[in-house]
Amino acid sequence: MGAVGVAMVAWPLIDQMNPSAAALALASTEIDIAAIQPGQQIVFKWRGQPLFVRRRTPAEIASANAVDVSTLPDPLARNAGKSASAPATDADRVVKPEWLVLVGVCTHLGCTPTVSTPAMPEGDFGGWLCHCHGSMYDTSGRIRKGPAPQNLAVPPYAFLSDTRIKVG
Amino acid sequence: MSGPSTYNPKSGFEKWIDARLPLPRLMHDTMQTFPTPRNLNIWYTFGGILTFCLMVQIVTGIVLAMHYVANAGLAFDSVEKIMRDVNYGWLMRFVHANGASMFFLAVYIHMFRGLYYGSYKAPREMIWILGVLIYLLMMATAFFGYVLPWGQMSFWGATVITNLFSAIPVVGGHIATWLWGDFAVGDATLNRFFSLHYLLPFIIAGVVGLHIWALHVPGNNNPLGIDVNSPQDTVPFHPYYTVKDAFYLCLFVILFAGFVFYAPDFFGNPDNYQPANPLVTPPDIVPEWYLLPFYAMLRSVPDKLMGVIVMGGAIVTLFLIPWLDTSPVRSCRFRPLMKQFFWGLVVVCVVLGYCGAQSVDAVKFGIPMVWVARIASLYYYGFFWVIMPLVGWFETPKPLPASIAQSVLGDSAAAAAE
Repeated sequence: MGAVGVAMVAWPLIDQMNPSAAALALASTEIDIAAIQPGQQIVFKWRGQPLFVRRRTPAEIASANAVDVSTLPDPLARNAGKSASAPATDADRVVKPEWLVLVGVCTHLGCTPTVSTPAMPEGDFGGWLCHCHGSMYDTSGRIRKGPAPQNLAVPPYAFLSDTRIKVG
Repeated sequence: MSGPSTYNPKSGFEKWIDARLPLPRLMHDTMQTFPTPRNLNIWYTFGGILTFCLMVQIVTGIVLAMHYVANAGLAFDSVEKIMRDVNYGWLMRFVHANGASMFFLAVYIHMFRGLYYGSYKAPREMIWILGVLIYLLMMATAFFGYVLPWGQMSFWGATVITNLFSAIPVVGGHIATWLWGDFAVGDATLNRFFSLHYLLPFIIAGVVGLHIWALHVPGNNNPLGIDVNSPQDTVPFHPYYTVKDAFYLCLFVILFAGFVFYAPDFFGNPDNYQPANPLVTPPDIVPEWYLLPFYAMLRSVPDKLMGVIVMGGAIVTLFLIPWLDTSPVRSCRFRPLMKQFFWGLVVVCVVLGYCGAQSVDAVKFGIPMVWVARIASLYYYGFFWVIMPLVGWFETPKPLPASIAQSVLGDSAAAAAE
């Protein structure tokens, strides 16, 4: 009885630290992607976190498709728009293959990975390199090497038109 | 605090107080007549120096809190205001910031001292455990404090460290969110860190009280590591050690002031003069120097959960040292093998610190630094879990002196003092 009382008093003191309803309210953002050129990434802000929108070149899409999913460290798509057990094929990571939309938070310890371009390569897989602890992602945002345990997360998003997406 | 009290109240007022709240008796017995081994060397002055450091941090911290604003939009500017506008604000902040580094410098010397002279062995296990607890609290306090200026390194350091908890299976993500109060490090995080940064130093002060209490039960260890046998082995704490502590404290303060006045940003990171930007991570995230060895261990493991376990285990191991060392001899002066392994550990900790400061793919002298960190981490764990128990069994210690007095004064003088 006493323990229950203590727990009931303790809970508000613990729960006050959790995000409030205001912070939890799913913030959604509409983004104009018309200006993004092939091979370019632009970083937006969503829920206080970086959001990567990358317009992939045909070569980048091809290299993402060339990977055998069974060899990946994380075989799951990590796509909020797909089922939790969806495999990490490139098709399950995107809505339209040309556009890769990712939460720009390294799944290791939360740094923002640096994008790789042919002119300025970062990491060994053409995607991203996280400079904090050396995690390398491929052109589908999947973890390939380093300490990060999961693929970069795909947020819930939908195309409102060819040049506009709504995230969240 | 232990043993018969020698306090003798003289005036009527002293007697009145002593019968109601014997605080003067406590001070007299612990800081004046307390019998202290007569052979304590320079390395035993750091306990007093650390008390000084804690007081400096609390006093300057209270002053800084009068001007600091714990709000993600205002924190950075309020720190700049302290530096530019507040009277002597620059002095308070530089003393506080460099004071943290001085505090850790002193605590590392203090800990290695304890390790070398076997001060953690029976009957002093509790002193050691409380000391490691203080060290842990210091790291937490320093981390919270480093976040408050809300610069780039503050923000991303907070992100990386709080994300360590997300490595815990199943509940890790919820714990990280609970720590942040949001989906990422933000205003809610900054506010609670400020609250905790203000609280923890007083918790530390409380545990320091316990640490000293536990010390005063068996009394000080000493460089010989042998027990006090007779009154000739000791001298009263005052004036002998009050003066010795004060002298070395002066030298320490000269070093401290040297950094504050001539190289105030020596320990700082230039990235922290940029306001926090949640969208851009600095190219190299480096923690403060005193956390680098643990950071190097974290990075040396290419797996998230294992990396966190290796890093946390390095600190948990410290709590267990009293039971990992199997040798009956305390001081390394009489342990020819252990002495060498001890200095190996000192070198390894410095090497780990060096590795932690390099970028993750750095290659120095043709050697990948991550492999240096791996080998050094292996030695760190090996020292405590393999070398300590085994050397205790196989080592032949040198003969111990008969008493502290005989060792210090020589046979004849010790006999004359009998």
